[in-house]
Amino acid sequence: MTERPIKVLIAKPGLDGHDRGAKVLARGLRDEGFEVVYTGLRQTPEMVATAALQEDVDIVGLSILSGAHMTLVPRICQLLQAEGLADVLVTAGGIIPDDDVPALKAAGVSAVFGPGTTISEVASYFRANARPRE
Amino acid sequence: MGSPAEAAAELCSTALAGDRRSLARLLTAVENRTLVAEGALRRLYPLAGRAHLVGITGPPGAGKSTLVAALVGHLRAAGRTVAVVAVDPSSPITGGAILGDRVRMQAYAGDRDVFIRSMAARGHAGGLASTTGAACAVLDAVGFEIVMIETVGTGQSEVEVAAAADTTVVLEAPEMGDEVQAIKAGLLEVADLVVVNKGDRPGAQRTASQLRAMLGGGRRGIHGPPVLITTAATGAGVPELLAAIDRRRGEGALDDGGATRLARAEAEVSGALGDRIRRRLDEPGMALARGAAVREVAAHRIDPYTAADELLASLLGVETGSSR
Repeated sequence: MTERPIKVLIAKPGLDGHDRGAKVLARGLRDEGFEVVYTGLRQTPEMVATAALQEDVDIVGLSILSGAHMTLVPRICQLLQAEGLADVLVTAGGIIPDDDVPALKAAGVSAVFGPGTTISEVASYFRANARPRE
Repeated sequence: MGSPAEAAAELCSTALAGDRRSLARLLTAVENRTLVAEGALRRLYPLAGRAHLVGITGPPGAGKSTLVAALVGHLRAAGRTVAVVAVDPSSPITGGAILGDRVRMQAYAGDRDVFIRSMAARGHAGGLASTTGAACAVLDAVGFEIVMIETVGTGQSEVEVAAAADTTVVLEAPEMGDEVQAIKAGLLEVADLVVVNKGDRPGAQRTASQLRAMLGGGRRGIHGPPVLITTAATGAGVPELLAAIDRRRGEGALDDGGATRLARAEAEVSGALGDRIRRRLDEPGMALARGAAVREVAAHRIDPYTAADELLASLLGVETGSSR
């Protein structure tokens, strides 16, 4: 084993039932050589934080199309920090208005990927920005 | 962090004190086969051996994750601690993986007496990752009473879990095959318990009867392994399965000198031996000799057995014997 795969949690917090995008991304990242933990629909922020902790992921990708991102994403960032996971890269995608991006970044989100982002753009960003590990 | 040994000592002491983040990082080190992992396992191995390691295996879609989730629910209701190692396949093309077993195991966020960890098989055949056994030893050492090992979806011959677990539960779905399937060599032979899941589907009873009829007379004696019916999605039959798993403790499945644990120790020592030999072969001097030997074999100037003998001999610093 020469190159350790980067481990990513793709999570869908909140109540919207649209997970096609998250699944397509998970599949695309698999094809890019990532180990992708997929946890399914309707996650609470606590579930996301627990999964990130137990799986020791390098990156958390949150997919939200419900409009609740301003509530859910900062809460998840808080929980991750409380668990000692401040070094985990947090990214968000889905339907997130540009106006909300600065507040999300202030909460701890590293990047927001809007509609039209390609999987290879996401993969490149992940490779360039995942925390360095032993 | 200082040296790998210091890092290992630090992670072990915090993990043993109950810190779940340290535990998670130890498991990552184990998966990545780092020097920290080896140092940690030297410390933790003597503390392991108390947990009941339960393997759950069966074909894709038989309901392994759902059944594991149901078992976790019953264990937690009884106040027992449980860890789950869920293995999913890695892509043979890119090395990537989708680890999707947590989808069915969501109800336990915030419960620190449940620890669920996904593992990619990383090219290892046999239904597990090569480091699954070591990961289980870590979870055992930090005190989980039951460690469940969920294999990748298996076909007929991924029997490695039987060596990794004290108790192997083989899941079947109704109407997956006739009686000839039940007498084929492989997975069903290593079952300590056979479960026909999706018991609410037509044919579950018939499948269970066929399995009961055909599995007797094997290594578990005239009656064969118990065959149970569960419906993991509703929980039907799950308490009975848990009771059957617990009975294995009384049957000596967890005895240190028992056949199961001896077989596991054997596999662990062989695995470590193989790793050490491979690592030595990757060292600069040996890598050169190995490359040369491989080219000779590719050109059919020598055979692979001679090449292996010569490499092994130069590793051990002895003259090649006359074994050819």
